[in-house]
Amino acid sequence: MVNNMINATTALKAESRNLNFFYADGKQALKGVNMPLYENKITALIGPSGCGKSTFLRCFNRMHDLYPGNKYQGEIVMHPDNTNILEHGVDPIEVRMRISMVFQKPNPFPKSIYENVAYGLRVRGESNKRMLDEKVEEALKGAAIWNEVKDRLQDLAFNLSGGQQQRLCIARALATDPEIMLFDEPTSALDPIATANIEELMSELKEKLTILVVTHNMQQAARVSDYTAYMYLGELMEYDDTNTIFTRPSRKETEDYITGKFG
Amino acid sequence: MSTNTTQDSATTHAAPKASVLKDLDAVRAMIKRHKLNDYIFSLIGLLALMLALLTLLTLFTDLVMDGHERFNLEFFTDFPSRRAAHAGLLSAWVGSALVMLVTFIVAVPMGIGAGLYLEEYAPKNWFSDIIEINVANLAGVPSIIYGLLALGLFVYILDLGQSILTAGLTLGLLILPIVIVSTRESIRAIPIAIREAAYAVGATKWQVVYDHVLKYSYGGILTGVIIGMARALGETAPIITIGALTFIAFLPPSPITEVAPFINFEWLSSGFTVLPIQMFNWLSRPDHAFHINAAATGALIIIVTLLMNGTAIYLRYKIRKNIKW
Repeated sequence: MVNNMINATTALKAESRNLNFFYADGKQALKGVNMPLYENKITALIGPSGCGKSTFLRCFNRMHDLYPGNKYQGEIVMHPDNTNILEHGVDPIEVRMRISMVFQKPNPFPKSIYENVAYGLRVRGESNKRMLDEKVEEALKGAAIWNEVKDRLQDLAFNLSGGQQQRLCIARALATDPEIMLFDEPTSALDPIATANIEELMSELKEKLTILVVTHNMQQAARVSDYTAYMYLGELMEYDDTNTIFTRPSRKETEDYITGKFG
Repeated sequence: MSTNTTQDSATTHAAPKASVLKDLDAVRAMIKRHKLNDYIFSLIGLLALMLALLTLLTLFTDLVMDGHERFNLEFFTDFPSRRAAHAGLLSAWVGSALVMLVTFIVAVPMGIGAGLYLEEYAPKNWFSDIIEINVANLAGVPSIIYGLLALGLFVYILDLGQSILTAGLTLGLLILPIVIVSTRESIRAIPIAIREAAYAVGATKWQVVYDHVLKYSYGGILTGVIIGMARALGETAPIITIGALTFIAFLPPSPITEVAPFINFEWLSSGFTVLPIQMFNWLSRPDHAFHINAAATGALIIIVTLLMNGTAIYLRYKIRKNIKW
């Protein structure tokens, strides 16, 4: 399914190889997904509800391991070290230290703004105050929220607006210098202005890291992503650069979905 | 009916408007009917609440009226006596305090540990299901059964004697299910999204438990502990079963001493009495003067219990204020 027209100069950051995923109840949610993730690019996953795009995304930080009975088959290989992050010997915590995640609904901890961002560093054993201050500031700047919160870092994160909370969550995910950042419908709980802010932010972030984003909003995929994957019933139906997917999709199903005939 | 139909079809343009208005009247009447049910139910609920509160209030007022003349300092500093007017609560409240201390030390770490384990660590299988059902059942076991268990296990087999230690262990076991259940419930109230957020930055299970689960649930856990302690304070049956004394004119050895190591554990094996037993003892005497003492003790137990529960509610409110989900 993967189109070979992809520019050969872009480096591969990760790829899923023949990935199957089974939930604890035996339901197969992913069927033989092969998909590349290019470095410093944004890859968008689109498809109707229940098509497996969030399931696929959550394989990348082994989130499924939190719930007993879930089963992976196949590989997700990270480059350049060629680590298969789904392998039994690879600790999910190691994977989550390399790949961070931003969730659908902003989910800050009921702690201060500062502690929210610093938490990822604290679990890594960082306790040097100066180092933490520096990293927190850098992450908040990277998430374009520093100017709004710099005078009230000790305030509770819950006092921020929804859009600010989501940028704070991005700062939290950014503070630990991840190689890949996962976004699971990051703007579905936000208003259009906050959404525009997050989208702009994602375009800035890809200078530093690789992004995989699940979105329900096709305009969003068209606006922010470099590559788009269309999934349906657990299968990767089509993958290509975003422009091609939205102008000349090679499959009828993809076209039907992006033109709104279905979904 | 038939004339209506013809009229409707004749005035096709006016008809929809008329029927909408007519329907609106019907809708309003229906809403009114349904609202009446609201009023009726809230009235019944209020009545039930008043009945419960009034009963408690009457009981409490009755106790205070009977016992108020003993509310003075001597009542708390005197040992029991053959003369009702000179009989005091000293040995009883000291005994209660020491027993509660043991109960707290037993029930809190065990209850929180068990709740945490069941909620966070235990694999979900038939074995954990059985444990879960049993914990829920333990909360419903009559307290005298705990007394029998303690008499057999602590007093006879482990030979701990009819002591403060035995009483504290017994009451600790008694309130253990309360602590376990409240721990689990407050842990469960933490949204999955918060846990996932913590795991997603690379936290281990213990980091999630220590930095998040315990910090966000301790308000609820504390409430459960206080309510459990309040229950233990009033328990009589298991204490009688293990053979607490009913008339003692001595205090257990002090836990804190003047010479190093400044702490001793002799008080644990001391005989003792507690407030509800002292009350029961006075109540069973024929002399009416002792009944006044009993009433005063009863009022005291109710006041302390209410204060403890009030503290629990206040703490929960205060701690939850900063946590919104």
